[in-house]
Amino acid sequence: MPKYTFKDFKSDQEVRWCPGCGDYAVLAALQKTLPAVCEEKGIDKEKIVIVSGIGCSSRLPYYMNTYGFHSIHGRATAVSTGIKVANPELCVWQASGDGDALAIGGNHFIHAIRRNVDINIMLFNNRIYGMTKGQYSPTSKFGAITKTSPYGTVEYPFNPGGLVLGAKGTFFARSIDTELSLNESVMLAASRHHGTSVMEFLTNCVIFNNGSHAELSDRKFKEERTVVLRDGEKMIFGKEKDKGLVLENQRLKVVKLGENGITEADILTHDSHSDNLGLQTMLADMKYPDFPVALGVIRDVSDVTYEDGVCNQVASVSAKSGIHCVDDLLASGSTWEIK
Amino acid sequence: MQHKVIDANDVVVRFAGDSGDGMQLTGNLFANMSAIFGNGLSTFPDYPAEIRAPKGTVAGVSGFQVHIGARKINTPGDFCDMLVAMNPAALKANAKWLKRTAMILVNEDAFDDMGIRKAGFKGNPFEELHIEDRSIISAPITKLTEASLKDSGLDMIAIHKCKNMFTLGMACFIYDRPLEYVYVYIERKFKKKHPEMIAPNKKVVFDGYNYASNIQAVPNTYSVAPAKLEKGIYRNITGNQAIAWGLMAAAEKSGLPLFCGSYPITPATSILEELAVYKSLNVKTMQTEDEIAGICSAIGASFAGDLAVTTTSGPGLSLKSEALGLAVMAELPLVVVDVQRAGPCTGMPTKTEQSDLNEVLYGRNGESPLVVIASHSPANCFDMAFYAAKIALEHMVPVVLLSEGFLGNGSEPWKIPSMKDYPEIHPRFVKEGARDFKPFERDAATLARGWALPGTKGLEHRIGGLEKTHEGVLSYDPDNHETMVEEREMKVARVADSIPELEVYGPSEGDVLVIGWGGTFGHILSAVDQLHLSGKDISFAHFDYINPLPANTEEVFSRFKRIIVCELNRGQFAFYLRGRLPHHEYLQCNKVQGQTFLVKDIVNFINNVI
Repeated sequence: MPKYTFKDFKSDQEVRWCPGCGDYAVLAALQKTLPAVCEEKGIDKEKIVIVSGIGCSSRLPYYMNTYGFHSIHGRATAVSTGIKVANPELCVWQASGDGDALAIGGNHFIHAIRRNVDINIMLFNNRIYGMTKGQYSPTSKFGAITKTSPYGTVEYPFNPGGLVLGAKGTFFARSIDTELSLNESVMLAASRHHGTSVMEFLTNCVIFNNGSHAELSDRKFKEERTVVLRDGEKMIFGKEKDKGLVLENQRLKVVKLGENGITEADILTHDSHSDNLGLQTMLADMKYPDFPVALGVIRDVSDVTYEDGVCNQVASVSAKSGIHCVDDLLASGSTWEIK
Repeated sequence: MQHKVIDANDVVVRFAGDSGDGMQLTGNLFANMSAIFGNGLSTFPDYPAEIRAPKGTVAGVSGFQVHIGARKINTPGDFCDMLVAMNPAALKANAKWLKRTAMILVNEDAFDDMGIRKAGFKGNPFEELHIEDRSIISAPITKLTEASLKDSGLDMIAIHKCKNMFTLGMACFIYDRPLEYVYVYIERKFKKKHPEMIAPNKKVVFDGYNYASNIQAVPNTYSVAPAKLEKGIYRNITGNQAIAWGLMAAAEKSGLPLFCGSYPITPATSILEELAVYKSLNVKTMQTEDEIAGICSAIGASFAGDLAVTTTSGPGLSLKSEALGLAVMAELPLVVVDVQRAGPCTGMPTKTEQSDLNEVLYGRNGESPLVVIASHSPANCFDMAFYAAKIALEHMVPVVLLSEGFLGNGSEPWKIPSMKDYPEIHPRFVKEGARDFKPFERDAATLARGWALPGTKGLEHRIGGLEKTHEGVLSYDPDNHETMVEEREMKVARVADSIPELEVYGPSEGDVLVIGWGGTFGHILSAVDQLHLSGKDISFAHFDYINPLPANTEEVFSRFKRIIVCELNRGQFAFYLRGRLPHHEYLQCNKVQGQTFLVKDIVNFINNVI
């Protein structure tokens, strides 16, 4: 088994995203994570396939020295599914933007999640259409002023986490482009998970939506406005580690440690592997300013994957069937002879 | 009444009733037993889109036509010798298909005031339809079935469901079909799920047969001798079943797993259903969330190394257009089956047409050529599906196989081939260790690129919908784009080197050459045979391969003064030929009624021209 470094995953193509684009960080994280993925799974790098749709982030496969398929707008998830079902030994990663995955490709996205195909979807969410130069997307905030909404949008955005968990997704994680080490740990967790893993990366579009997530990513308030969830750890956040999340009347609530007798023991402990979809959905749905935005792996539960179901059925039906070649098939059922 | 047994060369029987009357089953049983008896055979179901339209209405009438003969039968027949009408609505919907000499068998119990009113008649249906002069056999089929099964222990609903078997028994007497064959099918059909229904169904068929023989109301009975068919083992097969089987045959010959990603759509669905059964032949089927996912999952599976297929009908093909362009651009092997139906848009889903030809030839953005082939009979669907896959895999190109609702649901006896008589299929794999691998380097003869599967060491590469160089590097270079466009076009054109030449039936030169493509084959052939019998020198050539055309097409056309193009659309193939081979005179024989040609349509057209 060769030991790879991130250089093994860099292609000879010049990366052509705008200077300052958030996608660079996610690309770098992927190149850094894949050596560990290969080592953990005991696979060679030729087993890795990167699929994408259309959009800025969907250029990613060209920058990876792996098998890659840059498909058509919105359909990456369907292409990934076909690849994985045809050859379950391949390790399939997908790059899709918010428009690609949630607008034109929304149908394939929810159905891949419903089926639990073992693919790793990196959802680059910059809340804007960048490649077409600045129109609003299904994750643009209500009222967002863009080229196609000069007076502000009058529609509500999707929260990708809520969408994934609403479709009973088995894995959802969130990170911000600037969180380099969190990006890598989220990817490694996605790789370990069997089933559809959706990683939402909040990325900046420096040209058309600069500061897409600045209210969260800015160092000045990052720790006050986000909470990084880690299994077995308390849901505590804030520069001073003085705030936490509790459940009250079956709803999440932000509390201050030391106030009203609250101690660390009262704070919720994260468990991405528990099947508490309700709590995980509440965590994924937390919005600033009422709540900190949850980062890290929010849900990670195991279930049978779609391709295993397909292959197991092929195996079990084959074991029972009397038809093992086309000549068997041709001779089966009612036939008659003309002499 | 004098009873005669008449030897008939061929006979057309049409079974019609309410959607719930079991006419499809009755027709199928009648066809299957005729097949075993050794008759030539062709069938066509004619059913409404509504699963159960209001009972007794014309909209809810379901029909099944069977044409049997003492020779090979090419079409389901224009008009029928006997119509079985289980209610007044069935009579109304089908009266136009009666021959002047036809016999009509009706269930008189259904011809009560309510039945007559529901079908929209005012008084006597036979008089209103001007068919009172035909031989009408009126039998109280409902009451007779009730009497037959009064001791069976079945409830009234179950008893009434057996009416069709009483009718079948009567038809068996009239057409001299031995009941043993029916019994075998009844046993097979009910053995697993409803074994309690075997004995009652057999009894009803038996009683129906005896009733017909006793009443003396049947003027004549008919004997249709076995056809002189080639020796061998036969089976009955529908076009959709044959497509599924042909694809599995190609998977076996190429050594590849078969992947089918499809979304249910009339009249193509039964291909997916059929493939879903045979997992033991290394078949993976996926019922996708929509048509686009059907083709895109297939494209993904093709990239990963499966024989990949998607099946659909016209509206679904429209949805797949962009992805089909991706397959053209990525140069991946893919088989797309389009079982055409009457369009545009939703059109008439259960009715047949050949109007998707323009769509498959031209319905994509950019210069986007692909291979288009068409099957010409239900059994021929097996071969065409096999060769669609062979071309796709050996030329690294998407292939659209055009079928039609008429072929997909229709059936005919098929001499079972042996897989050893089919050629091997050689996918163009690039093996590990290949030196200087370029993803879009082309074979000198076919211009096909190599197929380097993910998982092969050292051949990592990227493909997609963007223009690129032979090295696979994205390129907006003007000359490179033009070169690649031309090469993709030439690659499709060179498929002509590996397909059969066009054959001429009848004189090899002359005034008129009749041509067709797809499911019109049987009707044109029958028309040309009729004209030959009346001493007319007419030649006929049928196109299984449309893009590219067979290599000798121009040469064949040049031997005739005029070419009559018969097709079930407004002239799409004629339009294509005028562009490709402009130096000929094309006449168009067209029909767009959601129905097949009648043989007489073609005979009349040709007679008017010559």
